[in-house]
Parts: sequence; structure tokens; C-alpha cells
Amino acid sequence: MDEQTEDRLTQLIAQYRDVAGGLLPLLHAIQDSLGYVPVDAVPAIARGLHLSRAEVHGVISFYHDFRSEPAGAHLLQICRAEACQAMGSRALEAYAKTRLGIDYGGTTTDGAVTLEPVYCLGNCACSPSVRLDHEIHARVDAARLDELLAGLGAVTSQ
Amino acid sequence: MTASLRLFLPRDTTALALGADRVAAALAREAASRGLPVELVRNGSRGLFWLEPLLEAELRGERVAFGPVDSASLPSILAALAANPGNHPLYLGPVEEIPYLKSQQRLTFARAGQGNPLCLDSYRKLAGFSGLERALRLDAQDIVTAVTESGLRGRGGAAFPAGIKWQTVLDAPGEQKYIVCNADEGDSGTFADRLLMEADPYQLIEGMIIAGLAVGASRGYIYMRSEYPRARDVLASAIERARARQYLGNNICGSGRAFELELRLGAGAYICGEETALLDSLEGKRGVVRAKPPLPAIAGLFGRPTVVNNVLTLAAVTTVLAQGAAFYRDFGTGRSRGTIAVQLAGNIRRGGLVELAFGATLRELVQDYGGGTHSGRPVRAIQVGGPLGAYLPESLWDTPLDYEAFAGINAMLGHGGVVVFDDSVDMAAQARFAMAFCAVESCGKCTPCRIGSVRGMEVIDRIIARQAPTENLALLRDLCDTMEAGSLCAMGGLTPSPVRSALAHFPEDFS
Repeated sequence: MDEQTEDRLTQLIAQYRDVAGGLLPLLHAIQDSLGYVPVDAVPAIARGLHLSRAEVHGVISFYHDFRSEPAGAHLLQICRAEACQAMGSRALEAYAKTRLGIDYGGTTTDGAVTLEPVYCLGNCACSPSVRLDHEIHARVDAARLDELLAGLGAVTSQ
Repeated sequence: MTASLRLFLPRDTTALALGADRVAAALAREAASRGLPVELVRNGSRGLFWLEPLLEAELRGERVAFGPVDSASLPSILAALAANPGNHPLYLGPVEEIPYLKSQQRLTFARAGQGNPLCLDSYRKLAGFSGLERALRLDAQDIVTAVTESGLRGRGGAAFPAGIKWQTVLDAPGEQKYIVCNADEGDSGTFADRLLMEADPYQLIEGMIIAGLAVGASRGYIYMRSEYPRARDVLASAIERARARQYLGNNICGSGRAFELELRLGAGAYICGEETALLDSLEGKRGVVRAKPPLPAIAGLFGRPTVVNNVLTLAAVTTVLAQGAAFYRDFGTGRSRGTIAVQLAGNIRRGGLVELAFGATLRELVQDYGGGTHSGRPVRAIQVGGPLGAYLPESLWDTPLDYEAFAGINAMLGHGGVVVFDDSVDMAAQARFAMAFCAVESCGKCTPCRIGSVRGMEVIDRIIARQAPTENLALLRDLCDTMEAGSLCAMGGLTPSPVRSALAHFPEDFS
């Protein structure tokens, strides 16, 4: 970690150390700020919140949201749950993987997009749904997915 | 000078996902270019999602609707509003006369879509906080008694009587008690909590304050899933505004009573919708299920007596207090009192939220409200109650929506999600998915769930591959028995439900 990252981390730990059950909000804040929760940050988090490193690691690895490595510039999540399946999300998933040349958990070679599964975005009346960064999109088929990716402008992988 | 034209366009997740912000931007441009003074209110959605983005215009005191609108349809809509709106192809008439909405019995969702969700004055004008005002005049036991007498049962899925839970917390000794709202709405096919939090957030806040007054809790937490970024923004602002106007804090409405509320985000773990896993998560731990007893009502958050209720349960309490227990109880059938928010989802023509008294049938909902499938093909299976709910064939669609009636057909209403599949569905693949989902989302505490789900996938794979099908089907049934009887919570215990129902009602997909 560089000095700036360490400063930010120290600041966030100080902000949450006295919050009851503050580990999840702290991890969210770190990930919002840095894009991920660096492995190197675990000892400082553990010291700050009076936890063991194992406990902190256990929490980070339990939740799907937290990542220990930086993601691509954009995060694309495709809903895999039943309502979206009923509207063709299995084909959409397969298309996205081929189009981006990656599987779930992967990042395109240009670093533009990380692909993840998600289990429900609460948009089940207008499936299939995907989330691209903070925006949710409804009734997404292959053509609409292409439009969304084209809007990012930087996905060179085909 | 002409008075400005008042328009309403939702800023709800589904409306936004269908382009509502693009429509709003186009509307501003179009109005400016015509020199037309327009006041655009960004309301919540009414839950008629197949019509989103749904544009409403106030004409002579009545709100008329157009939908679904896109940027290209705006010039003609604005022209029609100035002349004869009824001639426009997207004209739907007065919004409250749309049959899908008019025929509902909206109690909890009565305000949804009427105004700006964050406007406290609008909430008050629509009878908001009248439940709280009444609760502030009652003693704690009378509030709990009202909830008990209303017959309200937990809307998260387990349908436990809310009054009994509250009574337990009220009677539990302890200085510090908590109200926890379970807003971890993870079931596929459900969006009622999200809609309520985005369209009428103060109702949830009001319900939580009432719960706090009822059991003597001065602090509440809303645990919301991270997959709901819009709901999070709305609710976070609503909490701030409510605090600024003294609905939260040390002196609620000048009563001298205190209630503080905090919004916490989950981190993508389905199991945290299970109440004890949720409590561990709120405490900053892995979301691992706790053994019961002790009940959360006795030793819940940080070991203190805690009410854990779903969003819709807490919201319904405002109606019970404002209109009386008898008013609420008069809706419904048998032991299922009040209304249920059914969410029509998946392959359906008119998807959305339908709030009705318990007792309507699945067929009425899917055919009359839903209009059949989106694809136009025949409906083949309906999954009710989320990923742990049963798949129902046509022979069971006349079952009334009632907790006991659904239990009688080895199914559950759960949180009211109704996911429709057309005849292209492969039920063996759906059964496999149930096990796969459990394998991904199991908290890992107990073996039948953690290991059983993985073995379940493997066995179903062998059945699909026609390897010793008779033996493997027997093995799958045996595995389902083990998961059902041996799991600590509903995750492992109910994962067999979609699997068994697929086997029982759609055996042809497995042979």
C-alpha cells in the first residue's frame, strides 16, 4: 500500500472503530474508497477493531461483495435468479461470457469489465436484469447488452 | 401567464431501469423548446411495472396516465395534453381507474406512487404518521395488544404472529432492546420491500418507531441488501429528514420519547435474510445462522431482546394503529389476516405489485392481473415464495393465497413472490439450480445444507445424464429428507421444496 492508501485506511478505521458491529460498514467504506479491501489492510483493521486477523479475513471472504483484488474499471453483474431465468437469462449469461471472453469472476484483458453473477436485483417484473456499476437495466437481451458495453467505450475484447 | 403543467414520473429502480431518467431529461428539453412551463415531480412507482416509465399528468385536478413512455413519444404526448389526451395511443385514462390498480385493496401500498417519496408534508397529507400519533397516546401494552388483535403475521416468509413476538420482547427484562428491520429481500421474484422503501420510506420509519414504543426499544437498525442502491439512497435521505423534523432522536414529536435509527448494508449474502444470520451480520460477523433457542426476542442483537420484522410487517403496523386492529383483521381469510403484497414476476405480461386481501387464487393473479406469459406461450409452472418455494403445476393454481392452504399443498407463500415460467422451462434444470443456489449461499454451519446441496447437484446431474436413474432418484429423495430434517434453518430445510415439487409435478422432465 502506498502512503496515501494507508492514510485513508487509518482515517476510515478511526471512523468505525467505536461503531457497534462496525466491521461491515468499515469494509464497505474501504471498498468504496479503494475499490477493494487489500490483504495488507487486514492487520490494521484487526488491530483497530480489536479482532483477530482470522476474524477479519473470515468476514471478508464470507460475503460475495468484498474483493481482495481490484476489479476492472466497470462491474457488470448478471442476475442468475429464477425470475430472470424465466426470461432467458441463461442465454444472456452465455452470451456475455463469450462476448467478453471471460467467465464469472474474470476481468477483460483490457481491464475494462469485471463480470459477476448476482442473485436478484429486485427488478423481477421486467427481467432479465443486469447491474452495470450503480445502474440497473431491465429487459436486457444480447443486443441491449452490446449497447451497454458500447456505452463504456473501452471494451476491446471480443 | 399559464399555470405550469404538473407531471409525475417515477424514480424507482424499475422505472429507471427502463429509462425514466432519459425520459425526464428529454421532457425538460421538449418543454423548454415549446416554452411550456412544466413542474416534474419524481414520484415512487405505483408498482404497475409493465407500464413503466409511467407518466402522469394532472389535468383539472385528476391524474391521467401514459405508458410505457419513451423520449420519442413525448412530443406527441405534450401535444395531446394540450388538445385531446384520450386520442393518444399510450393514454391509459385516469391512473386510479386502471383496472389493475383499481381492483386492488391497497393498505400498505396506498401511498405508493402518489407523490415525492421524500416529501414529509406529502406523507402527512396522505395520513402518514397518524399511526404514530395514536401510538404516542397509548401505553406499550396497548400497542402490542392492537398488533396481536390485528392478526398480523410476519410478511418475510415465516408468517409468525407479530404480536406474540412483540409481547415476548416487551416482557423480556433489559434496559437496551432493539428493533431490527429485515430489508434483505433476497428472494427472486420479490420486490415489494424495495418498492415500499423507494416509494413510501416514511411508512417503514413510522412502523419502526411504533415498534420501539411498543416494546421499549430506543434503537433500531434497517439491514438492507446491497443490491438495492436506489432504495438505499431514498431511505438514507428519509432517515435524515425524519431526524431533522424530530420524528427520530431524543424527543419524538415532542413526546420526550427516544428512538434512533441506523441504516446498514448487507454484502451480497442471501443467508443474511435469515433473522439470526442477519443479527450476526449486523454485529459485524460472518452471516452464520444461530441455533434457536435462545429466540432473538430474548437474546437477539448484541445479546439483547430484539424484534426482527420484515419491511412489510413493520409497515402494516402503521395501518393497524391508524385504523384499528379490527379494520386490518377484517381483510383476509382463516388465520391469514390483512392483505398480502403479491409480486408478479418472471415470464409474465403484466408484471408488478398486487396488494389484495388473502384468499385470491394464483390463477386469478397470474391470468387476470398478469395476463399470462410475456412470451405468449402457455404457463407451465409457477414458483411461489422465492428460491425455496415449490413449483406449482396448473392443477394447483386454484389454491387460495392463504398460509395454511399453501402449507396444505406442500408449498408456501413466503414473501409473496410469484415467478411464472412458460412451457419452454426445463424443470430438471430448475431443480438443479435450487441445489446450486443453496451450495453458493449456504452459510456453511450445518452439514446437510453445506454438503447436501453439492451432492444434490451431482445427483441431479447424473439423473439428467440418465445414469442409473431409478437409484439416483431414490438417492435424491433420501437426500431431500436429510436436508429437510437435519438443517438448522430454512435454507437447507426448504431447498428440497422446489426439488421435490419439480419431481412430483413434472416427472417427465427427469426421465
